Amino acid sequence: MTALLLPAIVGGLLTGGVYALVALGLTLIYGVLHIVNFAHGALLMAAMFGAWLLAAKLGLDPLLALPLLTAAMFAVGWALYRFVIGPVSRGQDRAILLATLGVAVVIDNGALMLFTGDSRTIETPYALAMLQAGPLLLPEAKLIAFVCALLLAALLWAFMALTDTGRAIRAVAREPEGAMLVGIRPQRMFALAYGIGTACLGAAACLLLPSFYVSPQVGESFVLIAFTIVVLGGMGSFPGALVGGLLVGVTENLGGLYLGESLGPICVPLLFIAVLLLRPTGLFGAAR
Amino acid sequence: MADAVLRVRDLHAGYGDFRVLQGVSMEVAAGEVVALLGANGVGKTTLNRALSGLLRPSQGAITFCGRPIAGIDHAAIVRAGLVHVPEGRRIFPNLSVRDNLLLGCYVRGGATRAQSLARVLESFPRLAARLRQAAGSLSGGEQQMLAIGRGLMARPVLLILDEPSLGLSPKLVEEMFALILRLRAEGLSILLVEQNVVQSLAVAARAYVMEHGRIVMQGAADVLAGDARLRAAYLGL
Ligand SMILES: Nc1ncnc2c1ncn2[C@@H]1O[C@H](COP(=O)(O)OP(=O)(O)OP(=O)(O)O)[C@@H](O)[C@H]1O
Ligand SMILES: [Mg+2]
Repeated sequence: MTALLLPAIVGGLLTGGVYALVALGLTLIYGVLHIVNFAHGALLMAAMFGAWLLAAKLGLDPLLALPLLTAAMFAVGWALYRFVIGPVSRGQDRAILLATLGVAVVIDNGALMLFTGDSRTIETPYALAMLQAGPLLLPEAKLIAFVCALLLAALLWAFMALTDTGRAIRAVAREPEGAMLVGIRPQRMFALAYGIGTACLGAAACLLLPSFYVSPQVGESFVLIAFTIVVLGGMGSFPGALVGGLLVGVTENLGGLYLGESLGPICVPLLFIAVLLLRPTGLFGAAR
Repeated sequence: MADAVLRVRDLHAGYGDFRVLQGVSMEVAAGEVVALLGANGVGKTTLNRALSGLLRPSQGAITFCGRPIAGIDHAAIVRAGLVHVPEGRRIFPNLSVRDNLLLGCYVRGGATRAQSLARVLESFPRLAARLRQAAGSLSGGEQQMLAIGRGLMARPVLLILDEPSLGLSPKLVEEMFALILRLRAEGLSILLVEQNVVQSLAVAARAYVMEHGRIVMQGAADVLAGDARLRAAYLGL
């Protein structure tokens, strides 16, 4: 069993990196707009279909499509907030929540109509390739996904910490009126934050596609994991989403290893409950 | 007043159907400190919010540096040089002191930023020692300094200070008025809203007294300081 332990942990970390990217988008939107983005799963699914279309119809490798799809999903998220969610909600948190739910329903059913309920997949030269690292055999697709996810997370962190726009987004998150007094337009920042959170999904979709099937239901499983990560790490916390993502990835794999296919999946909810019992605000949440 | 930086004519504003300002007219000249006095709830903050574009006036005109600004975008007003340091500070608690200050010149961009930062930190050495600290962890007095420092980063022509001495210890109130004198010496125009009537009249050239959304008294600060009606209403003398 111990011979399997190390590969299980490493494999969990690799998957967890991409989970973290999905969770980063969710936690950013939560941290700035103070709402749980109900459209997150649907948007991830849409992005995965986007990546699938580019690969299956145009032969574009998901990794090459990544910059394109990330930018496209940013535009989609930005426009959704600017033209749908923002105007519909008029700044009321409850209404924003319902607006994102409405967007999710539309996207989910649109996908069912266009693609039916079937699962689809693509083949990449690296999907099944393995890399030998000492005693470990690493799946190449997941390794690439992990490295890309961490790079993008670092890039996002740098943007939020070091640029004026990043500072302005963090400023409106807590003090929109104060932000207006220095000349920031809060609605623009909200749209940007929603766009960036959605862009994370564009990147994640390209990283997930080589290893996962796409179907109109695919978003649900990921968004449940992402929500667990966000709460586990601390709502709105960047490091929380990152560490939470890796932790959930590893827990999932170890659960599968020790408890088997059917019982294994209870480990993540158990971890979730245990952390919340010990630290109700999550691992990196501000202590109340 | 030919060289008025700010000129307000018959300004009306309120919240929904609730009318607060009912025809305010006032002026601030270049380099002048003007005190705006009045009891709680008469509409001083509402006037400030209308001037800085946070609240759209329902009627009346505001001219800033010769340009009509009533109802225009708040960002354009900041860029024009009218900067409002609000009641309650409204700093960004989750950002570092440095990031708070840098956002002060959000509309100016990076060109003069380092220079502005150096100047502001010279005025507020206590902030300089806490640049990396989260602003929310500062003491009340330091947060007020930060709010003013953030306002100065925008290189204002007119600075609106809404109750800057509220909640400060007597020693810090002294420091606050010393700072206002320094800013005045640098030629900044200041509209000062204060409950500290005696001290505000000491630093101001002129003053307005507000009641129920209207200006009910105005004049030179030293004259108002000796006015029997004002002394009875606000100083209990
Ligand atoms: N956002 C708001 N919505 C509704 N009414 C408001 C709002 N803000 C202020 N008011 C009301 O407008 C009136 C004027 O308030 P304002 O804050 O301008 O007074 P003020 O002179 O600044 O008082 P203070 O000295 O207490 O700061 C008050 O009756 C207040 O209750
Ligand atoms: Mg007030």
